[in-house]
Amino acid sequence: MLHTLSIGELGEKLKSAQISSVELTRHFLARIERLNPALNALITLTAEPALEAAAAADARRAAGEDGPLLGIPLIHKDIFCTDGVRTSCGSRMLDNFIAPYDATVVTRLKAAGAVMLGKANMDEFAMGSSNETSYYGPVRNPWDTTKVPGGSSGGSAAATAARLAPFATGTDTGGSIRQPAALTGVTGVKPTYGRVSRFGMIAFASSLDQAGVFARSAADAAIVLKVMAGFDPRDSTSIDAPVPDYPAALGAPLTGLKIGLLREFFEGLEPRNAALIHEALKIYRGLGAQTVEVSLPHLPLSVPTYYVVAPAECSSNLSRFDGVRFGYRCEQPKDLLDLYTRSRGEGFGAEVKRRIMTGTYVLSAGYFDAYYLKAQKVRRLITDDFRAAFAQADLLIGPTTPTPAFAIGAKINDPVTMYLNDIYTIGANLAGLPGLSLPCGYVDELPMGLQLIGPHFSEAKLLNAAHRFQQTTDWHAHAPRGYE
Amino acid sequence: MNLTRQDVEKIAHLARLSITEQEMPVYVTSLSSIVNFVDELSRAQTGGVEPMAHPLDGQHQRLRPDAVTESDDHEKYQANAPAVQGGLYVVPRVID
Repeated sequence: MLHTLSIGELGEKLKSAQISSVELTRHFLARIERLNPALNALITLTAEPALEAAAAADARRAAGEDGPLLGIPLIHKDIFCTDGVRTSCGSRMLDNFIAPYDATVVTRLKAAGAVMLGKANMDEFAMGSSNETSYYGPVRNPWDTTKVPGGSSGGSAAATAARLAPFATGTDTGGSIRQPAALTGVTGVKPTYGRVSRFGMIAFASSLDQAGVFARSAADAAIVLKVMAGFDPRDSTSIDAPVPDYPAALGAPLTGLKIGLLREFFEGLEPRNAALIHEALKIYRGLGAQTVEVSLPHLPLSVPTYYVVAPAECSSNLSRFDGVRFGYRCEQPKDLLDLYTRSRGEGFGAEVKRRIMTGTYVLSAGYFDAYYLKAQKVRRLITDDFRAAFAQADLLIGPTTPTPAFAIGAKINDPVTMYLNDIYTIGANLAGLPGLSLPCGYVDELPMGLQLIGPHFSEAKLLNAAHRFQQTTDWHAHAPRGYE
Repeated sequence: MNLTRQDVEKIAHLARLSITEQEMPVYVTSLSSIVNFVDELSRAQTGGVEPMAHPLDGQHQRLRPDAVTESDDHEKYQANAPAVQGGLYVVPRVID
């Protein structure tokens, strides 16, 4: 079945002319038509442009071109601007917004010949951990459609798990790739801050946001990341460093790899979750790795730190949505103030407004030192803790989430309970570190993720460690029932 | 530290967000719980610690040469505007 094949296997079939990109695209479009209604993973479907792009990829191939993503379908999180296609960011505020340009991530994947099938549903403005805050309704987890897929990249995760596309793009500010990857049993990679361009990626928290990928294996993710990553002069925070050949580095042996077990991750960890991590560690030891215990004493402060820094940055970034130049405008504004306040009050959902107001509060006169400046200092302490840990270990291991996927509606009314879903993922965002989640088993018949965190620009090692694990286990090959 | 309704009204005004009468108590409660949650930061020892704005050390704002590189595409970019006239964005009267 075409949708069970890896990106490498699809590439082989395209290269040997067993299938065309048009046929491959039609296959996934048919799956989306049949299976997406139960999941609500897409906001916009671009079927006709996809078939045109597929035909163009076939023409490029006929002209002698080749490349690992040439003719391979994908879905973009609806946070990436896509020229001529609605880019809603999951919000009523941008429901009518047709992006006038492509994000760099989109441009690079297009240049490589990848075929966009549509735009994935997401938590509004990337704020959420369950994909329940979207203006377009919640996304459902293909493993159990009464459960959330995680967020904010819930649509991308669900679509990848349901095999609606071989891969999907996502973004991760506090865990929004890794957490939904864990809850939907797929592999999700958040690169080092600055590794992938943020040009054209609608900004939530500028010092935390990073674009990444969902795929069904580290090997597939490596292929995609190699195309996505790299310096972009149009992103002033883009790092000018060469991109390693991630696929070539996948098979390296793990002998001598020092894996750090974060004491703070294991404290209070639910026993069945802990058991899965310990099983994974046995496999890593079998592959030649050694484990060492490390401690990040300031890590427990990472969630409150994040919930000062991220809202502060979002309050600034979302001030551009004012009903004047683009996006939602309220009906019959009586004056300019009314235009601003009602366009924003009506255009934004509750969680977005909550975070804008939290950010406004912590940045306001009289509170800036106590909250924002304080949080930035704690951020440095957390980052220094990671640096010290990486002096003893090559990479860190732990759970991705505290629990498996929870029921839709279960946590949406208590923001702080929802925020604690990010407890294991947030530290990597604060320190700008790359992180990866891969499937490692089940709790209550729902997927669970193993998280790997590495030093800056260690994506090759993370992908290598994940790939070696996936050569020894087959959690990543499992499909949810009905989506095989 | 619980926020009052007046606190929330002031914050909402700074953020240019209209909050309905019905929504107001919900925001007072949820914002208070978030502020209480982040108050935990006050217990951290941060004497002599430099604040960190950028996750990677040693980064500077990159500059580019002062050369014209963009073209005038205002019609394309204004296609998404709610109200445009003569290349200008139309809003309710600002100055009487």
